[in-house]
Amino acid sequence: MQLFFEQSLNGLQFSLTLFLLAAGLTLVFGIMDVINLAHGSLYMVGAYAGALVAQRFGSFWIALPAALIVTALVGMLLERVIMRHLYGRDHLAQVLATFGLILFFNGFVTWVAGRSPLLMDIPPQLGGYIEIIPGVPYPMYRLMIIVLGIAVALGLWWLVAATRIGMLIRASSERREIVSALGMDVTKIFALVFALGAILAGLAGVVIGPIRSVQIGMGEQVLITAFVVIVVGGIGSIRGAFIGSLLIGMCDTLGRAYAPLFFKTQFSGQVADGLGATTASFLIYLLMALVLIVRPRGLFPSGR
Amino acid sequence: MMFSPTPRKLAALAIILVLLAVPFWAAASGSNYVVTFASRIVIYAMVCVSLQSIVGQAGLVSFGHSLYFGLGGYVVALASFHLGEGIPLLGWSGSNEALVVWPLAMAVCAFAALIFGALSLRTTGVYFIMITLAFAQMVFFIFVGLKFYGGTDGLPLNARNLFAGQRIVDPVTFYGICVACLGLVMLFCWRLSRSRFGLVLRGAAASERRTLSLGFPVYAYRLAACVMAGAMGGLAGALWANLNRFVSPDMLSWLRSGEFLVIIVLGGLSSPFGPIVGAAAVLIIESVLSGWTDRWEVIFGPFIVLVALFAPNGLWGLLRSRRS
Amino acid sequence: MRMKILALAAAALFGLAGSVSAQVKIGFITTLSTPAGYLGEDARDGFMLAASEEGGKLGGVPVQVLVQDDKLNPADGKQIAEKWAESEHVKLFSGMIFSNVAAAVVPQLMEGGAIYVSPNAGPSNFAGKDCKPNYYVASWQNDNLHESAGALAKKLGFKKMVLLAPNYQAGKDAITGFKRTYGGEVIDEIYTSLDQLDFSTEIARIRAAKPDAVFQFHPGGQGIAFLKQWAQSGLKDQIKMVVASPSLEQKIVSAVGDAALGIYVTSHWNTDFANDANKAFVKGFTAKYGREPTVYASQGYDTAKLIGAALKATGGKLDADAFRAAMMKADAKLTRGKFLFNRNRHPIQDWYQLEAVKGADGKVKLQTVGKVLENLADAYAQDCKL
Repeated sequence: MQLFFEQSLNGLQFSLTLFLLAAGLTLVFGIMDVINLAHGSLYMVGAYAGALVAQRFGSFWIALPAALIVTALVGMLLERVIMRHLYGRDHLAQVLATFGLILFFNGFVTWVAGRSPLLMDIPPQLGGYIEIIPGVPYPMYRLMIIVLGIAVALGLWWLVAATRIGMLIRASSERREIVSALGMDVTKIFALVFALGAILAGLAGVVIGPIRSVQIGMGEQVLITAFVVIVVGGIGSIRGAFIGSLLIGMCDTLGRAYAPLFFKTQFSGQVADGLGATTASFLIYLLMALVLIVRPRGLFPSGR
Repeated sequence: MMFSPTPRKLAALAIILVLLAVPFWAAASGSNYVVTFASRIVIYAMVCVSLQSIVGQAGLVSFGHSLYFGLGGYVVALASFHLGEGIPLLGWSGSNEALVVWPLAMAVCAFAALIFGALSLRTTGVYFIMITLAFAQMVFFIFVGLKFYGGTDGLPLNARNLFAGQRIVDPVTFYGICVACLGLVMLFCWRLSRSRFGLVLRGAAASERRTLSLGFPVYAYRLAACVMAGAMGGLAGALWANLNRFVSPDMLSWLRSGEFLVIIVLGGLSSPFGPIVGAAAVLIIESVLSGWTDRWEVIFGPFIVLVALFAPNGLWGLLRSRRS
Repeated sequence: MRMKILALAAAALFGLAGSVSAQVKIGFITTLSTPAGYLGEDARDGFMLAASEEGGKLGGVPVQVLVQDDKLNPADGKQIAEKWAESEHVKLFSGMIFSNVAAAVVPQLMEGGAIYVSPNAGPSNFAGKDCKPNYYVASWQNDNLHESAGALAKKLGFKKMVLLAPNYQAGKDAITGFKRTYGGEVIDEIYTSLDQLDFSTEIARIRAAKPDAVFQFHPGGQGIAFLKQWAQSGLKDQIKMVVASPSLEQKIVSAVGDAALGIYVTSHWNTDFANDANKAFVKGFTAKYGREPTVYASQGYDTAKLIGAALKATGGKLDADAFRAAMMKADAKLTRGKFLFNRNRHPIQDWYQLEAVKGADGKVKLQTVGKVLENLADAYAQDCKL
């Protein structure tokens, strides 16, 4: 039972990291109708910016805002130079362009930071662990990510549901023409949303940096999972991204934790381990396929 | 029919001539590497032509086409593995005969495409992109998990398949077979696109409702297109396994599917020659750049972006269809 | 065209001189991209250092080293090998880091009559009955790494252990090798996936299993991630850890810092080895590249030295028999000191216990503590009929 609780916390932490990525992805996708494969690269840029700044100044608390600023700038530049020309183009052109961007970012970051994975320390204030369940010390830093994820989710919900900007965002996602007709500058809204998505991706990158290793290609791996999340949740829906993140994150973590144990009761040693690892890896894709077969537009289809 | 030389016709002719000239070039340079490299381009072109046949005219963007490429390769590898090890597979002792295992690879892939296609076609647009990805990823992880067949490390083939009982040792012969297969696949796709079948697919891509109201069972047409694309992709995979004498789950990875999409968009969706141009461009540029600098991605990435932004019809589209 | 004629004329003029000190081409297929790219980068830089020490020569013979990235993909490795063998007429190869790449590429090289000297991967495939006369391993047979860790775990008296490794051939070899010498109780074996970077679920399983110690095999970025998370989980102070050098080499130590403290490591080389060859190597590497060498760099350097010794003996000729005989003598000063080739062309060497300690400058570094195994050969050599 203790183990189950600990694994659930792990799942929750993974889910909320995924949410940071998926939220930006689903907004960009839902509002501008752009498939941005390079969203994972922004996550990588955030992690690298954080790690490089942390190395230089030795503090996570300087690295965190610096990484957010860098990804926001990179995101804005990207939007201005490339993304803007992809609005309204077919998905294939977008896939091609953003695939090219992945290559570019991987090459460029290798150039700037080298091939070696980078070091990033956990801030000393969050270095310890708390026994929130007796007998199971849980890393404070991971708890911080959980809290941060929930805070961002609430913040986004407030932004989209209760503010003027949010109203415009919702409106431009559903009725672009009307927003322009009302004299609003859709391009500005798009730029804003893209920057917001970039910042969230950068945030995910910089907070995950101290846990995982900061390395080239870290974006692609998590990108696919984030896509799975937004598709399961329904593209364009923040609520869908949140529920999708929880479903996928929990499914993946608990699958990894319990599939090998389950197969060990059925088969012998090596076969069981192989089956366990395989099942854990493809569980989320199975889940996505099932969701799409039953609900072809995801769990929470947005207006369009 | 009068031959009126438009840039596209000339380019197509040039491509055919280059494909046929490769063996002579290799003989002149005394190195078989050119032939092997050209075989790689031809096989890539084949799998991309098969993908193009659904993406281009039916508008079904599959992000899981590596599934058929990999599955075709694995059918060949498994047939050879079971023959070599002397362990029957479901009562079948395996085979090394191309005329047996290549059609088998196509059949297996066609069957897989029937199942996955039937499920995927319930969705549209982006959701179709993602569900095809999901199925490919599932198959990818299944082969990763199959330790008996090498798992992640892949499975080597002891030798190339026999072709009608003859060994194919000579790279030029193998290249010839690849070119012939590509020719057949392209001819088939071209005929298909000119037929009523192609017309219905294009019509459905433009307006599904109108095509339905004309009384065409769009779903069945699309499914048939998926099945054929799967079978052709499987053939390419079978050839690839023979070329490298090695298969691994890498053939099934989503990056591979992405690469195929990049090739067809880069080459151009409008003509079966597009994938040849795209495959040649990607493989040659990658090979030249990565031999020249290990930072080749910094150059190649922006190149792809530029094509996406400024050449909406791909490299083939840069050639004007008639003389201005 | 004119250039071509000039080149031909030049070739004719200098033809005689050219044949005396003909350049030997060495094909270095290695992993430079992917998160494990620094492994290949260090092996390459170590190899190149040896060549640049002699001004572009190895054993007095001018060499041209072609380097290309295999992207950790066996099919890419095969293609590069084929390209160089066909169009550059390369007969001597080296460089591969990963066993799965080597396992696919080596048979092809051997069929083409080439010579291969491995700076890292030493899969069991070519150590036993399928050993090859032209295939040399300058690093270690894979199992040896983990046998040394198993022997250390036994020596340290750990009774119950949990073993972790990625779910692929080298990972399974690691666990097999470890168990061969460990002999204690293994309460759980956990297979991770090859691209995994978050190990929280596995760490929770370890916590629940309550072992005395953990053995894990995660090279490169995975190893960094694992060790950081291990330290964060609070288990580091309760459960010991034993690893072989790929899971805690110099680069990983500098990346994880304090999280490495107290971990037991086994290796065949360390920066602090006091022999002259090693001192010169560490100094030269740091000066040339501005960073501390890793075990991969030392292996690349040693590989080049072994090739150099053989080239020196044959005067740059790669004729099979002469070169083989020269190679087998291993008449070179290596950074790790004592080194012999077994009859299966894999090393017989000593294994040491290292420990991560805090240096005077506050930086964590690996320090050699003592020997774990002496003259260790691999278990497969007896099946080799060479």
